[in-house]
Amino acid sequence: MTVTDPYAAAARETTEGRVYTVTGGDWDTIQPSDEEERLVINMGPQHPSTHGVLRLVLELEGETVTQARTVIGYLHTGIEKNLEYRNWTQGVTFVTRMDYLSNAFNETVYCLGVEKLLGVEVPERATVIRVLMMELQRVASHLVWLATGGMELGALTAMTNGFRERELILDVLETITGQRMNPAYVRPGGVAQDLPPGAVEKILDLLEVLRERLPTYDDLLTGNPIWQRRLQGVAHLDLQGCLALGVTGPILRSAGLAWDMRKTEPYCGYENYDFEVPTETTADAWGRYRVRMAEMWESLKIIDQALDKLEPGPVMVQDRKIGWPAQLALGPDGLGNSLDHVKKIMGTSMEALIHHFKLVTEGFRVPAGQVYVAIENPRGELGAHVVSDGGTRPYRVHVRDPGFVNLQSASAMCEGSLIADAIAAVASIDPVMGGVDR
Amino acid sequence: MSESTDLSTGGPTPEGRTPGAVDVGMGTDSRVTSDMFGATFGGDTSGFGGLVRQTPADVGTPRPYGGWFDEFADTLEAVYSGFADAVTKVVVYRDEITVHVKPAKVAEVAQVMRDDENLRFELLSNLSGVDYPSQAERLHVVYNLTSMTYRRRVRLETAVTVEDPHVASVCGPYPTADFHERECWDMFGVIFDGHPALTRILMPDDWPGHPQRKDYPLGGVPVEYKGAQIPPPDERRAYA
Repeated sequence: MTVTDPYAAAARETTEGRVYTVTGGDWDTIQPSDEEERLVINMGPQHPSTHGVLRLVLELEGETVTQARTVIGYLHTGIEKNLEYRNWTQGVTFVTRMDYLSNAFNETVYCLGVEKLLGVEVPERATVIRVLMMELQRVASHLVWLATGGMELGALTAMTNGFRERELILDVLETITGQRMNPAYVRPGGVAQDLPPGAVEKILDLLEVLRERLPTYDDLLTGNPIWQRRLQGVAHLDLQGCLALGVTGPILRSAGLAWDMRKTEPYCGYENYDFEVPTETTADAWGRYRVRMAEMWESLKIIDQALDKLEPGPVMVQDRKIGWPAQLALGPDGLGNSLDHVKKIMGTSMEALIHHFKLVTEGFRVPAGQVYVAIENPRGELGAHVVSDGGTRPYRVHVRDPGFVNLQSASAMCEGSLIADAIAAVASIDPVMGGVDR
Repeated sequence: MSESTDLSTGGPTPEGRTPGAVDVGMGTDSRVTSDMFGATFGGDTSGFGGLVRQTPADVGTPRPYGGWFDEFADTLEAVYSGFADAVTKVVVYRDEITVHVKPAKVAEVAQVMRDDENLRFELLSNLSGVDYPSQAERLHVVYNLTSMTYRRRVRLETAVTVEDPHVASVCGPYPTADFHERECWDMFGVIFDGHPALTRILMPDDWPGHPQRKDYPLGGVPVEYKGAQIPPPDERRAYA
């Protein structure tokens, strides 16, 4: 008696051996072709093309996206809640981890908020250093956008080149702050320490390299017909749509509105820098690419000017009740308090020691009230709503991350387009999930 | 700079004077708790600073507000017929104006502020919540509106109770409020009437509770560091 397997594939004997013909599982057998074909698929959260742990729920008709929904929260880490259990200075180490590609912006916007509540004026040199850090970071962030966005569209050379140049910038940031990313370098009242010796020269060298290499991206991509056809006319969102959805940054500027808070509501002395706000009128992924490429050049101009503005001076407010008394120096175990300073406070001044201890463990107090400050980060308006109850810890800090808001436009950009263009749309939004989910 | 000098030299006396007591925007005296630590008075580092914590009180800033704030308030009052009914107070603090609005009227006010040609607040920059457990209406929702035309920023604020946390959704005038309101529902449990699909956004769909409320614990486990047990952050020694 032979048992026949109903699921066995048909087989025939040939001179090469037995050959199986495997059939079945065709779409036609599952979905009769005369009915409407509608398929809901999940893309992400673990997907190389979704720009981080972003989940897209796409309703497809063939290759066409009829509905798109973004699902976020996979990288939610409760940073805002955690801030409420640390002192104001420690808060910097948390906010820097939000949008991890633009740390300097997160730190600066938080510190500007705290300083506004405190009512203190940051020393000129500290402000210039902040601008320097932010603009270096803007170039690095746009390079990562180019790298990841290029990779998602299949331009792998864009990825390797983008990450290569970005690493050069991170090297410089590491020289200045001690860390590639998340440095907690900007502190309420100024910055953690002055630029180390040789930093300016390193930045100048970097600028030279970048000025040489940025045009190669144009050579590689701008004239490339595949790149053009993947981006031009794709992910269209006009000015009205941008404003309704609260979209800011390069997406808004690609729709023709030159809204850049460095110009419209200058902070950190941006009114004293000479630079342009690049715009496009195509309102598509191509326009966003062009805007970001042009912005890198403007950032290089600002860095040049910031280096000229660097005058010797303090980098932290002179108010001893706010600025940490630390005198940092390179110790045998990395960075630490200078031995001379420790000797002085331990040996000669009991009060200085207590003061140091209390300022570090307990922190300074911030007058009660609430403020909202906003700056232009590589993705748009980065805002910080900072509330104090007069204590040494933030009462509530909310960061308005442009990635979070801009991501709402994904549905508007994707619906009606091909699924491949949905990838281009999300890439052109450039969300950083650390900032989106916080 | 007056505030900073106030902090460094003036500050609270041991009896507990409010830092910057003139103008704190959150009002004073509604809830005062003091703490032993924190020397803000001159060179005294002995502790016993008398920390005063503050939560908002029911007082607004008297006119004139200064700058363009008066012009803005006048315009809003003129074009919005329900102004007297909807607006409870106006607070000016640190060069920022906050208009406190009744929760059911938020959408109306937002619509007027967006549409009137002398106001033109085209962009809802930010929407977030704050929890003040000492107040009856403890859940506050804060809206930061930006006028791109006039380059002005105004904050709207509204407050609701935990038992009846209903606020009118501003998704009509500002579609961008969609994600913001979902986050505010998720984190604070504020219900936005009129929102197209008010679901959780950052936390999982089946998550119990609203994490950003002050009575929601931070959580965490003790960690061992160099042989010592370090308690989780919310159980550590707090000075303030």
